[in-house]
Amino acid sequence: MVNEQAIAARTASIKTKGQQKQQVACDTDSVAGAVSQRACVYSGARVVLNPITDAVHLVHGPIGCASYTWDIRGSLSSGSELYRNSFSTDLQEEDVIFGGEKKLVSSIDELVSKYQPELVFVYSTCIVGVIGDDLQAVCKAAEKKHNIRIIPVQSSGFAGNKSAGYRAACDALLKIMPNEGPVEQKGNTVNYLGDFNLAGEIWIIKDYLKRIGIEVNATFTGDSSYRTLQRAPQAALNIMQCAGSMAYLAQRMEDIYAIPYLRVSFLGLTDTAASLRSIAASFSDPMLAHRTEALIATETATINRQLEAYRTKFKGKKAAIFVGGGFKAISLIKQFRELNIEVVMIGTQTGKQEDYAVMQELVNDGTVILDDANPAELEKFMVEKGANILVGGVKERPLAYKLGVAFIDHNHDRKHPLSGFVGAVNFAQEVYSTLCSPVWHYV
Amino acid sequence: MDTNVHFRSATENPCKMCMPMGAILPFKGLENSMVLIHGSQGCSTYMRRHMAEHFNEPIDVASSSLNENGTIYGGEKNLKQGLDNLMQVYAPEVIGVLTTCLAETIGEDIDRITSQYLQERGLLKSLIVPVSTPGYGGSHAEGYWQAVKTIVSHLATATPKHSKLNVIIPDISPADIREIKRILAMMQLDYTLLPDYSTTLDRPLVKPYRKVPDGGTKIEDIMAMPGARATVQFGLTLEQNLSPGHYLAKEFGVPLYNLPIPIGVQNTDLFLQALQEISGVAVPAALQDERGRLLDAMVDSHKYNFQGRSVIFGEAELVYAVCQLCLENGVYPVTVATGSKNSPLAQLLQPKLTDVDHPVEFIHNADFVAILAHSMDANIAIGPSDGRYLTEKQGIPLVRLGFPIHDRVGGQRILSVGYAGSMMLLDQITNTLLAEKQRGYRQTMYDTFYRGADRLPDATLPNSGLRGERHEL
Ligand code: SF4
Ligand code: SF4
Repeated sequence: MVNEQAIAARTASIKTKGQQKQQVACDTDSVAGAVSQRACVYSGARVVLNPITDAVHLVHGPIGCASYTWDIRGSLSSGSELYRNSFSTDLQEEDVIFGGEKKLVSSIDELVSKYQPELVFVYSTCIVGVIGDDLQAVCKAAEKKHNIRIIPVQSSGFAGNKSAGYRAACDALLKIMPNEGPVEQKGNTVNYLGDFNLAGEIWIIKDYLKRIGIEVNATFTGDSSYRTLQRAPQAALNIMQCAGSMAYLAQRMEDIYAIPYLRVSFLGLTDTAASLRSIAASFSDPMLAHRTEALIATETATINRQLEAYRTKFKGKKAAIFVGGGFKAISLIKQFRELNIEVVMIGTQTGKQEDYAVMQELVNDGTVILDDANPAELEKFMVEKGANILVGGVKERPLAYKLGVAFIDHNHDRKHPLSGFVGAVNFAQEVYSTLCSPVWHYV
Repeated sequence: MDTNVHFRSATENPCKMCMPMGAILPFKGLENSMVLIHGSQGCSTYMRRHMAEHFNEPIDVASSSLNENGTIYGGEKNLKQGLDNLMQVYAPEVIGVLTTCLAETIGEDIDRITSQYLQERGLLKSLIVPVSTPGYGGSHAEGYWQAVKTIVSHLATATPKHSKLNVIIPDISPADIREIKRILAMMQLDYTLLPDYSTTLDRPLVKPYRKVPDGGTKIEDIMAMPGARATVQFGLTLEQNLSPGHYLAKEFGVPLYNLPIPIGVQNTDLFLQALQEISGVAVPAALQDERGRLLDAMVDSHKYNFQGRSVIFGEAELVYAVCQLCLENGVYPVTVATGSKNSPLAQLLQPKLTDVDHPVEFIHNADFVAILAHSMDANIAIGPSDGRYLTEKQGIPLVRLGFPIHDRVGGQRILSVGYAGSMMLLDQITNTLLAEKQRGYRQTMYDTFYRGADRLPDATLPNSGLRGERHEL
């Protein structure tokens, strides 16, 4: 891998399976000037908490941080639409000099009296700590004054990356639930963690579980509300999809409320079926397993035929993957395999050691694995490995298209579900619509 | 009336972005250039995402990726390392270094660090243009001008007089820039247009892919701007301290034509008059035909347009020009709003409102909650895609114009300048009004006039919420 343009400090973060012994380095700070695709702590916290529908999400900081996150996510709500607003203290030069606490206090007062929420999140951004605002104290005083929950989210952008933001979000979520356990837990109930209800994905999974005989108690955090989150400790089991954002919360809930947790994935046929089976097996009710098999049989009957048609069309195609977290990356390898597509490059912004170990296990020899990649690297390896399709986010899309590579949006702003059996078909359809479009004949 | 929303503390649904975001754009319009944002990683990622979505082009912008250490002990090391890596991968001829809220708050002196960097590395041929753009210092519009102004003041050097014309543009679309260039060519003028992102941010699909796209204003041309015969700048709403045209006039005596963006008949006339004066070339017949066609379109559509009551929002310079077009065509504004804190919009437009018989609200430092509150009587909105909020809440249809446009394709291709562009924008406005009317008039007429025995009680009328989807908070 000789590249005169490569950045030396990036060497440890890139490897080719079968060629190097060392696992790819991850969880490190981004290299300055490397044009990292990563976002910040605030972004991580915001992604996780924003789907809480009836909360006021107030960003304490200058306007940019709030402006760039206004209603760009596709989480759906069955209730309040309050979360779709972008509230900011819009700090000005004078606030930076004299401190922004006063403006924060009056902003909270204003928003609480206007929207009457039961829950307010106050996100800190990079400069808040630097100018010395005491978020904790302001929120505490405001809680007393308004007699509602006002929770500071410690999400200063520079103190780590997106993962640190997930952690900050989990800490904030823990503050919503009663801080003592264990609580009396109800029969066949689960909390569903790590799904943000993009394009209604939670509703799909809820329906499957209902048909099996399992009730979803609280969801984290898609289509959730203050009240539903509060009663989360009453569930018998936590099922967790996006582990990157939720593993810490699941662990803490086990410690505090003695709720065990189970990793699941509803991306792709295989994972969806396997996850439903293992959820059913977690309860002592034997009827659950019967109903699960029946459900899988009905759902897959038609789908398999649909997918088979696609498999033939996709034969010999190669995929590159660059997504946010490890969970998604791993699921995608399996999903592409279901579709007869080989993964030749895979990477994430914030994957963990254990995620990369699994990826390494799953991919074929010769696959490039890389952490915190930049556009130059994505370009190089997509071209070198002959990728026909890239999975990524908005920033990566134009690059793929310029290279004549098909593209799948696996981002929070998509408008179609990719979860469950229906999602598996949607995914195949999307792959088809981009990989087999006639436009590629002309470029 | 001139409203400033600052009587509220919280901004609700902003109508602006931050300074460094605006400052990226001019650098994307320089030949062989790159940008590095000095601050933490998140800011640059957000801005790249925003721009990539609008332009549908790869937007490579580096960050010095400040972490906790850099924040406490200073970010000099990060900045220098960032520049090293950027040079290695992109080998640009010029680098814009922009600050962020964080860099400014911890007191980073980027002028010193960058000039020291070039010396240390012995990079005598490389150029770095440091621009101070604290996110809290103004909106993206001020950031844009701050960058253009600094590029000029940093690079321009006393040059013997030459025959070129300087053309300095605000944030308009790549398609608009191409149209301006076409007009300049028709007027037989040789020019330096700054910043020229007409190709860099709207590139043809050609292989192989290049990390730094072709095109952009040449550095040597910028250096020679002081020798130009004149400057034409579309910066009527600009404060002088942010105006590159005023800088060139004051420092080097380059005569300045500070004009509005040529949208609408009068504004385009002003542009062509200036070009005629400068070049001594008469406006060619082809352009006169375009003007005639625009007039023809205005007459054809005048009755439809006269029913329009508009909300015009976004960057002040564009808002001003669009207001002119609307005033010429009877799509009288109800609300005129910009995210900038200070702009002379009210002073500039007030004298032109004599024929408007309803009050016009001017909002500075606007957010969408304020805009909505003053737009109850409007039936058309014109501005960036965040204005869909007005559609969702109040059923006001939106003509998408400006930056950013997130929820439709082709933001980079919207043409609205010159006689031809004005006509296209006007048609879009007219057609939006027509579509709205056609969508609702059967129902409206039934509701208003039908008194038959079988008339349904009002509450149960079918489609009584016809004014668009509404989502209550
Ligand atoms: S407002 Fe400041 S901190 Fe926020 S994105 Fe802009 S530069 Fe960064
Ligand atoms: S200022 Fe900090 S919190 Fe805001 S976008 Fe930038 S990195 Fe994120």
